Amino acid sequence: MTQPDSSIPADSPEIIVPDTDVIRFVRLRRLWEGLSVLFASKIAVAGLVIVLFWVGVAIFAPLLTPFSPLEQDWKHPNEGPSEEHILGTDELGRDLWSRLIYGARVVLVILPVSQNLWIPGGTAIWGVFVALTVGTTLGLISGYYGGWLDEITMRLLDAMMAIPVILLFLIIMTALGASAVNVVIAITIVGTPGIARLVRSLTLDIRTREYIRAAETRGESPWYIMFIEILPNARGPIIVDAMLRVGYAIFAMGTLGFLGLGMPPPSPDWGSMVAKGREFILQGSPWAALWPSLAIASLVVGLNLLADGLREESMRYQ
Amino acid sequence: MNQTAEEKTGGVVLDVNGLTIAYETRKGDVHAVRDVSFRVRRGETVGLVGESGCGKSTIAFGIVQFLGTNGKILNGQVVFQGNDLVDRSDAELKRLRGDRISMVYQDPMQALNPAMRLGEQLKEVLTCHQDISQEEAWERSVAMLKRVYMPDPEDVMQRFMHQISGGQQQRVVIAMAMLNNPALLIMDEPTTALDVTVEAAVLDLLEELKQDFQTANIFITHNLGVVARVSDYLCVMYAGELVERGPIHDIFQNPRHPYTMGLLACVPRLGESKLDSVLYPIRGRVPSPAARPDNACIFAPRCDYATEECTKALPAMMEIDTGHLARCIYAKEIDTQPRTHRVRRGTVRPKPAASEPKKEDADLLQLDGLKIYYPQESNSLVSMLGLGKKRYVKAVDDISVRLAKGRTLGVVGESGCGKSSLVKGIIGLEEITGGDIEFMGFDVTQPVRERDRKLIQEMQMVFQNPDSTLNPSYPIGKQIARPIKKFKTVPKHQVKDEVLRLLKAVRLGSVYYDRLPRQLSGGEKQRVGIARALASRPDLIICDEPVSALDVSVQAAVINLLLEIQKGFGASMIFIAHDLSVVRYFSDDIAVMYLGQVVEIGPAEAIYSPPYHPYTEALLSAVPIPDPDAEQKEIRLSGNVPSALDPPSGCRFHTRCPRRKEMLPDGGDICETEVPSWRESGRHRILCHIPIEELKRLDPVVHQEVA
Repeated sequence: MTQPDSSIPADSPEIIVPDTDVIRFVRLRRLWEGLSVLFASKIAVAGLVIVLFWVGVAIFAPLLTPFSPLEQDWKHPNEGPSEEHILGTDELGRDLWSRLIYGARVVLVILPVSQNLWIPGGTAIWGVFVALTVGTTLGLISGYYGGWLDEITMRLLDAMMAIPVILLFLIIMTALGASAVNVVIAITIVGTPGIARLVRSLTLDIRTREYIRAAETRGESPWYIMFIEILPNARGPIIVDAMLRVGYAIFAMGTLGFLGLGMPPPSPDWGSMVAKGREFILQGSPWAALWPSLAIASLVVGLNLLADGLREESMRYQ
Repeated sequence: MNQTAEEKTGGVVLDVNGLTIAYETRKGDVHAVRDVSFRVRRGETVGLVGESGCGKSTIAFGIVQFLGTNGKILNGQVVFQGNDLVDRSDAELKRLRGDRISMVYQDPMQALNPAMRLGEQLKEVLTCHQDISQEEAWERSVAMLKRVYMPDPEDVMQRFMHQISGGQQQRVVIAMAMLNNPALLIMDEPTTALDVTVEAAVLDLLEELKQDFQTANIFITHNLGVVARVSDYLCVMYAGELVERGPIHDIFQNPRHPYTMGLLACVPRLGESKLDSVLYPIRGRVPSPAARPDNACIFAPRCDYATEECTKALPAMMEIDTGHLARCIYAKEIDTQPRTHRVRRGTVRPKPAASEPKKEDADLLQLDGLKIYYPQESNSLVSMLGLGKKRYVKAVDDISVRLAKGRTLGVVGESGCGKSSLVKGIIGLEEITGGDIEFMGFDVTQPVRERDRKLIQEMQMVFQNPDSTLNPSYPIGKQIARPIKKFKTVPKHQVKDEVLRLLKAVRLGSVYYDRLPRQLSGGEKQRVGIARALASRPDLIICDEPVSALDVSVQAAVINLLLEIQKGFGASMIFIAHDLSVVRYFSDDIAVMYLGQVVEIGPAEAIYSPPYHPYTEALLSAVPIPDPDAEQKEIRLSGNVPSALDPPSGCRFHTRCPRRKEMLPDGGDICETEVPSWRESGRHRILCHIPIEELKRLDPVVHQEVA
């Protein structure tokens, strides 16, 4: 009764309906999936809120305060929060809120290259970005080629990693002099070895996969294999690592500013604000030191939360 | 006391009744196993077969209540020696596990502790459950190792796991499981990770132990051949349900559930070839646990016999014979004769002259004395300075093979015999130490980067592992388009059409164009891999174990696809596999490799009948045949594969050869000293000292009734 039609092998996997709408949906959904990883983690969302707050106030700084960060009010130095100056003033009577949010600009949204020229993207962001580019390239080459090239590159980077970070920063900054661009260079030099190591270890794993063999049997060039085949599959850990590194960079900028090696005065720099304000803490006006300290702490914590949440959620996602 | 409880139940050691197991997930409970019932008696082996994801392992862990934090038994009983195990306390279960019930897992590498001496691990099993002195535990462990035919057991007790071979490791694990003389032994794919000759020896051992210890065994596997060899009783699982159970002979001779029939029809039997039979894959895929209907036959969407009736209610187990039950409402009616897979192709495809290469067919590929050696790095200071004598792993040593246009060369051999190195050398991923490779008349001894684009284009590869064959970052369409663009096989504006055409050729629709690899099943990924290899329109496709990581039903579909493509595109193929039945089915010519050398080569049908090389004979006698009534010679190789760093002198196989002592004068001393020469019979060549006339007198390895 129920004899199947056995003349053709039942090969075809399933019935297929080509549908362009489906294809468009697929693309949208992929974007949404990426975002949903972020939103699935409460920790990541909390971190994101903190980070976006600072980015927001930095971008809209001129609209958020009537004072310029350099404007001095001789009559009201070292004051606590008041209606006029919501966070108070420093020893020269400059508005702390203005200095704080203009300070955030340098960190997160603009890089002053010279007196009159600035480019978008903060000092910390640029530092990490350049470190990421250099480190990723070195790591890919090292991991993919292996052998002597790998050995030499890695030993050199190991030697750099052996120098204490603060010491390395101090050496670079004293050698180059204090400026935003030099801070970027310092962050790059300090950050590169760690990123290169991370990318190398990811590459060592990925290069054994069969799709790399397939690319090699197609005769693809090493650059194609490294940047098109390997790199996209290493992006997850790299993104997480980069976020943590922006945190470190902000921390490092604070440290350099505190030691007088950051932005040249009188520009609003969180580190130098703390250094100046420190003298007045015991005289009853801790405000000038407190606000920038809190700013650095919250931004670093925010970035760490974001990175942790992303890492956890993307691991569960797999 | 236990004995009496067993006698009361008529020798039944384990009675699983209506077992339902669920895993808690974020989306709620997922039922991994539903309403499974079976019994295991003393001295009896019950086989559990099914494809991956069918809940076989979950049942095994369910019996010992080892389901992890998110697994739980929702329903049913697990009666062990008269006592229900469900909801027992951890302390009670702990006493049972390893003592009355023991388990053997798939991978011995993970079952043994690498930081502990094997002797300590064995002793621990005894001292943990019994009040026994260290000395006695030691002696009993040694005795048990002897029992599992471990050579030199005293010495093995002192070793660590990495110092013995994989087959020996599994013997230690089995010895460990048997030490307390358990009433129930659960084995979860115990031979899957082993080579076929080692597997055969382990299966022999398990059979013997069953006779001696009268243990009740549960044997979980996906391999029908293995289960046919060891089981008395068979349970076929599909998507968490038991679809058929019964005595092994009944099920193999008279399968009543369409899924069982499908499973039997989709594996090639040893000796069958593409010329005389067809494989019938089961279409579709196993539904995910969340997508399984409660009130319909779970197999209906993939079933050729399904009618509307099937989707109305969950069918009950229907008794067909004493003890033979099937979960299908048509179990008694559907016609299994003639068995689908016995359909001769005679009418479908007239036996082409393809079995003999035509005279005018030029050789596409010629290997002449090919050698691939890997330098063995040593950590000594002398070798670091580049002094000292360099040692080489001779992965491929002096191989000469020809492949004619349009034909398929199968390469078989156990792991480590150099199959993969050989193809890597041909395709240029591995540097060649010596010898010549000529491809389409051009010399291709250089690595792939230095080859001409045209030559690269003509030689492409299909890989083994579906999960890593595609780049997870790019959609399918892009990955197939890349070789098309690179080799400019079509003008730019036609690339997308060409991709869709290739997708169609591998039986995938245009919706797959924008999908990411992770949205595809294993079989689908493998199809995309094939499409990508086809994209450059190669003349030679090298398939490195293309189906060994796939489930059997999917395997059949991929094999059929490859055959079809070969017919359509006229490509030659080199087909590597460790499954001798699949290679026989697929290939025109076969080369058997042992320790980096080809020991026998010739037309496929000639390899599988006498004269045999002694190694081929042993391989064939070890192949598990999915037919419990097939008679197979029992030739087991002793010892391990020698190291390729220092291969044996003379004939490389002499250390393990079971034939030389009886078939050569003065016990085959010549094999130890002199390299054998080729014995030829037509196109069939054997590398052996035994004269071919002698080898011809050997009996065929397999006697199989042909229905």
